[in-house]
Amino acid sequence: MTRYLAHRLLLALPTLLGVAVLIFIMLRVVPGDIVELKLRGEGGTVTQDVVERERARLGLDKPIAAQFGDWMVGLVTLDFGKSMWTERPVVDEISLRFKLSFELAILSMLIAVAAALPLGTVSALLRDTWIDYVVRFISVAGLAMPAFWLGMLMILALLHFFNWLPPITFMPLWQDPVANLSQLIWPALAVGYRYSAVVTRMLRSSILEVMNEDYVRTARAKGMRERIVIGRHALRNALLPTTTVVGLEFAFLIGGLVVTEQVFNLNGLGKLFVQAVTRNDFTLVQGLVMLVATVSVLVNLAVDLLYAALDPRIRYR
Amino acid sequence: MNPSSALHAEAPAREPDAGYLLAVSDLRVRFESARGVVQAVDGVSYGVRRGETVALVGESGSGKSVSALAIMRLLPRATARVSGKVLFDGRDLLALPAAQMRALRGREIAMIFQEPMTSLNPVLSIGLQLTEPLRAHLGLSEARARQRAIELLTQVGITDPEHRLRQYPHQLSGGMRQRVMIAMALSCGPKLIIADEPTTALDVTIQAQILDLLRDLSRRLGIALILITHNLGIVARYADRVNVMYAAQLAEQAACGPLFATPQHFYTLGLLRSIPRLDRKRTARLATIEGLLPDLRELLPGCRFAPRCSARITACENAPRLAEVGPGHRSACVRANDVAAALEPAADIGARRQKAAPAPLLEIEGLKKHFGVAAGPRVEIRTPLVIAVDDVSLAIGRGETLGLVGESGCGKTTLGRLIVGLETPTSGRIRIDGRDIAGDAVHDFRGFRHKVQMVFQDPYSSLNPRMTIGGFIAEPLRVHRLAPSRAAARERVADLLGQVGLYPYMAERYPHELSGGQRQRVGIARALALEPSLIVCDEPVSALDVSIQGQVINLLESLRDRHELSLLFISHDLAVVRHICDRVAVMYLGKLVELADRDAIYDAPRHPYTRALLDAVPVPDPAIEAARRPSRLKGEIPSPLDPPAGCVFHTRCPIATERCRHEVPVLRELSPGHHAACHNIGGAAA
Repeated sequence: MTRYLAHRLLLALPTLLGVAVLIFIMLRVVPGDIVELKLRGEGGTVTQDVVERERARLGLDKPIAAQFGDWMVGLVTLDFGKSMWTERPVVDEISLRFKLSFELAILSMLIAVAAALPLGTVSALLRDTWIDYVVRFISVAGLAMPAFWLGMLMILALLHFFNWLPPITFMPLWQDPVANLSQLIWPALAVGYRYSAVVTRMLRSSILEVMNEDYVRTARAKGMRERIVIGRHALRNALLPTTTVVGLEFAFLIGGLVVTEQVFNLNGLGKLFVQAVTRNDFTLVQGLVMLVATVSVLVNLAVDLLYAALDPRIRYR
Repeated sequence: MNPSSALHAEAPAREPDAGYLLAVSDLRVRFESARGVVQAVDGVSYGVRRGETVALVGESGSGKSVSALAIMRLLPRATARVSGKVLFDGRDLLALPAAQMRALRGREIAMIFQEPMTSLNPVLSIGLQLTEPLRAHLGLSEARARQRAIELLTQVGITDPEHRLRQYPHQLSGGMRQRVMIAMALSCGPKLIIADEPTTALDVTIQAQILDLLRDLSRRLGIALILITHNLGIVARYADRVNVMYAAQLAEQAACGPLFATPQHFYTLGLLRSIPRLDRKRTARLATIEGLLPDLRELLPGCRFAPRCSARITACENAPRLAEVGPGHRSACVRANDVAAALEPAADIGARRQKAAPAPLLEIEGLKKHFGVAAGPRVEIRTPLVIAVDDVSLAIGRGETLGLVGESGCGKTTLGRLIVGLETPTSGRIRIDGRDIAGDAVHDFRGFRHKVQMVFQDPYSSLNPRMTIGGFIAEPLRVHRLAPSRAAARERVADLLGQVGLYPYMAERYPHELSGGQRQRVGIARALALEPSLIVCDEPVSALDVSIQGQVINLLESLRDRHELSLLFISHDLAVVRHICDRVAVMYLGKLVELADRDAIYDAPRHPYTRALLDAVPVPDPAIEAARRPSRLKGEIPSPLDPPAGCVFHTRCPIATERCRHEVPVLRELSPGHHAACHNIGGAAA
């Protein structure tokens, strides 16, 4: 098991290296220059000389190969450099926002799983009854409605009925849980609804599939109560494909919630991402991409480990 | 029997006598779906006495499994409509409240299913699955249930039961899993066990072990057994009484002896005559039942077998009734009395003249195939190495049919795939017409491929579902540029379809519109398209129903004779091999253990493995079965990952000596044309 973990983490290195190379090249291929944007962006006029000096200061005058070398050395020493725009270390820029985004993703996932488990199970077991139709309607609606639109409705409702708006400044959970949750629960609900819709549908269809399996028939032929047939024999098998979906969606939530963050006025990674890209802030974009890639790799690993815990046929050595 | 007595003889079937443990009367199951109403079981009545074994025999779709599931009330309530009466120990199961029915399942009636691979829950331990019913039905404590589970596993012949309890189904072999299923069925001391094709997925030696175990245990514990099967050999060996089903109804009902000796229904007769016999020299082509099983959605009134029956008369257009034709013997055939006259074996019309030593077409020398070895020079040391084919040499003559038999995992399929070029040999030579094709298979792939073709096992999955039959057959013509124009290709396809007994219009059809037998004919037509000299048939009839199997075997034979084809016939069904092949090769764990002429190998097998294999196959004749005292092979095939040293068979061999543990026996010629690889059998003199 430890051996397997070490092996997997080692295998993650080439993946991350590939991502690092790709993002480095892509940023430099795309037209646009941070210095031009910074100094001349709002109609400012500066001499070419100033621009050149600023470029030199940011290290953009070096040959591409040298820049790449710096980036690689930085990666290995875990030094992601400074944001080219704000001049603050990339790690500092990201860390506060990561806390928010990560917590939001976790909350959304908890809400999604908590809703999807009963809804998916009930709708599969009561297939083609009105309960199933209601659940299916709810989950299709969740897929169809963008989270940010739902978010806007929520904000309008809060304002209209309670004349109250969620706080704007982020308080870490352990400092002020009430403030923290009263800020994040709303976007988590909006995002979690969509998330739960995906998981509900997956769970429903895998339960339906599993209920036709021979071993479910065997359990019934043994005279097991329906509660045990479903809870012990069917559900555990049905959870396998569902876990994959939960993991995939989770990786997307880190840094993928641009518009939702906008609606709730959250200072999250999505917003930072868009800012960094529009400003051609190479170092910051690179840092963010590496973060998202690392999270994806870790989430995939977690899903695989969960698989092994659920299914004895999968054993890692 | 005259018609009037036939009419009132029906009464006992409707009012079963009190001696029955289970009395099924007028059981009907209807499935309603968007595509129509299927009457899957249509008025079936039979009884099972305490402690006896009753067989339900029939082909797919005959309703045998559905009727069993209906008794257990395990059919989906939403789609299945069940009616009739199922009296079990004084209670009508169909009228029992759901909770009482559930309490009865697994406790008083247990069930064993066909697929041991899928019938156990893959994510739960054997221990949990085995103790579950004990705790639910008998209220045993966890420790007591565990204790009982260990006893049960010992009872079904599983060694190291405490360790097994902690294992999961995937860690057990198929035979082992079926033993666990039997232990599970026995766990609460049931009065009746329903075994639904319990050994169809298993090898013959394991099949014999499992069924012997089931019979011995049920006799010892006085448990009644309903044995659902399509295999008449199993019926002859194990059943006391038999119910023959055809198209959702009972065709015939009798004690085992009379059913085989004097069948009273033309369908039973047809079945008996369309299966090749392991114990008899081939004298004629197989008599077949023509046509297909009826579609249960559009049934005509009258006898359902009539459209396929050679003896049908106008009276067959009236709905038949199951009538007494002898003591305890009922038949639904209006000409029941005439069946006996037709029982004589068919005249010797198809006996195959054996050619004197045909010139070899295919020669294999020292062929080896190892799996799991990395192609590059840096082989990871712990890569598991499977020796699928180990130093096999044999030849197939022009126009000759060689049978290749052995249990699953013996390498017979790999050998076939090597010959066709679907696998590259690790070492050794394959020569066709004297040309080595193992070395340059890639180099001259097309030139060689069309000489050797393959017919695959499963006609359901080996045809591309999105391709028309015509397109499928024409594809090799196109690849090898053998049809100058579209019109020519169409013509050739029509010709090929005709040759395999299909109609030219079927070229436009898609695979799902065809029956299994028809699909297998399509597979044969595709193989023929390139005018090959050798066809490798990998289990070509094992997925087909008995009555269809005979048709396909006869087709293969007539094509072989017409086109002077050589066949490599890979099969686990030894009776079919005896019928169709000239010579037979027996494989065990990648090695050839015996090779001889057909009758020599069946009448006087030399290798202990061949003998055990033949002993394991039940013969469809209860009189012969009763007289047989077969020695059963113990244990299972060792893992090919870790084959035994010396003779690979020594771990299961009844005559193994110390020498067999160390020294690998070579294939020796014991008498002209009869080769075997064993240290302990007589030399050339024998």
